[in-house]
Amino acid sequence: MNNLSVPHLLGIQDLNLSDIQTIFKTADAFKEVINRPIKKVPSLRDITLANVFFENSTRTRLSFELAAKRLSAEVVNFSASNSSVKKGETLIDTVNNILAMKVDMVVLRHESPGAALFLSQHTSAKIINAGDGTHEHPTQALLDAYSLGEKLGSLEGKKVAIVGDILHSRVALSNIHCLQKLGAEVMVCGPSTLIPKHISLLNVRVSHNLREALLWSDAVNMLRIQLERQEAEYFPSLRDYSLNFGLTQSLLDSLDKELVIMHPGPINRGVEITSEVADGSHSIILNQVENGVAIRMAVIYLLASTIER
Amino acid sequence: MEKQIILNAQQFDLTVTRLCHELLEQHMDFSDSVLIGLQPRGIHLVTRMLEKLKEILPHDPLCGSLDITFHRDDFRRREAPLIPSITNINFSIENKRIILVDDVLFTGRTIRSGLDALLAYGRPSQVQLLVLIDRRFKRDLPIQADYVGKSVDTLNHERVHVRWKHIDGMDNVELYLKQVHE
Repeated sequence: MNNLSVPHLLGIQDLNLSDIQTIFKTADAFKEVINRPIKKVPSLRDITLANVFFENSTRTRLSFELAAKRLSAEVVNFSASNSSVKKGETLIDTVNNILAMKVDMVVLRHESPGAALFLSQHTSAKIINAGDGTHEHPTQALLDAYSLGEKLGSLEGKKVAIVGDILHSRVALSNIHCLQKLGAEVMVCGPSTLIPKHISLLNVRVSHNLREALLWSDAVNMLRIQLERQEAEYFPSLRDYSLNFGLTQSLLDSLDKELVIMHPGPINRGVEITSEVADGSHSIILNQVENGVAIRMAVIYLLASTIER
Repeated sequence: MEKQIILNAQQFDLTVTRLCHELLEQHMDFSDSVLIGLQPRGIHLVTRMLEKLKEILPHDPLCGSLDITFHRDDFRRREAPLIPSITNINFSIENKRIILVDDVLFTGRTIRSGLDALLAYGRPSQVQLLVLIDRRFKRDLPIQADYVGKSVDTLNHERVHVRWKHIDGMDNVELYLKQVHE
């Protein structure tokens, strides 16, 4: 009953509403734990978790590491830049070698969509997807929705706009699934070159006008332009993008409404969001980071509970 | 043996009243003392004792509730993970005299987890244990209560159930046989 319906966390698409609610309820308790003087509980003393990152990350890797450590699990970190991957080792070989050292759970970030699914089919470890290419980033979507729920209460009927590079964003896809499962309406907004062609099949609204999107929504999630994934020019210049899709204080003031501002990080200040807005009173960006640890503790805890000895 | 009433409503009230007076003997005005109920059922005893202590003390004693889910020693030995209840300790327990409160003391494992969880909040000067029912002779760990409502000798396949007026509609403590499917 309190078990998740899935053995691994590969994407929000696989979760049902009750899974998401169980994760949120567990995260409530962990949020209390991480605000104690001693921020640590002994639940996972016998679990070892490997952070396997084939792409750069600060927040997510640190957040997973802290989450695991605060559950008393052992943590090993692996990043592809200084590893045998450079010598030609395959993903399965790399991970199986890590597992041979008695690792129970793997947090995987990889540039290929489906990498986490692939690994879950070919290894015995519990897999948590920490981002697979442009596909999904489930823990980010969970912490976004959780943080938004803290601010707005139930998300049922709430309107959320996701603005920016939707085409290359795994955060956008996971957020769309998660918000819709919680009953929210979603709009994506950005230049037409950065909106996937068939996105309306996901039942989301599409806008190419930031002001229009902001007027419609209760909350807005500003995404970063993922220059590292862009193999072509999608807009004339960053300055042009910023003028059309950057969130500024004067734009916000002109709307004359309460709007919750989110950003999954890392922020490119002055591009998609100005410092004034990012650090302003409507921003919950740092709450998202704090909740990220609690959400990841909940996910690790719930998945670890089904490991058999 | 079907069901056996260990404490009826009148005995229940007398026992709780006596526990309060025993506490007052030891803790006087409660200036440094704190009652902490263990989730989920210990908090009901705290609520009840608080009603009585308020009538006697010039000020309300400090109270809290403690959830021990993440400190249990049977994680992964259950079929489904437990979803925790709320911990509410919004004061410093540093150098306080803590009275841990639970309804039934049986194996002692819950109390062991409770001590572990409590110490994550600081270093109290003293920790005592108060229970309504002590099921003697069935301890897995060397843990004893400082204040006991009633001691009962029970068998492993028996269950003790405490009912609360403000939750279950009546105050009493029952002993019954464990169902096979439990």
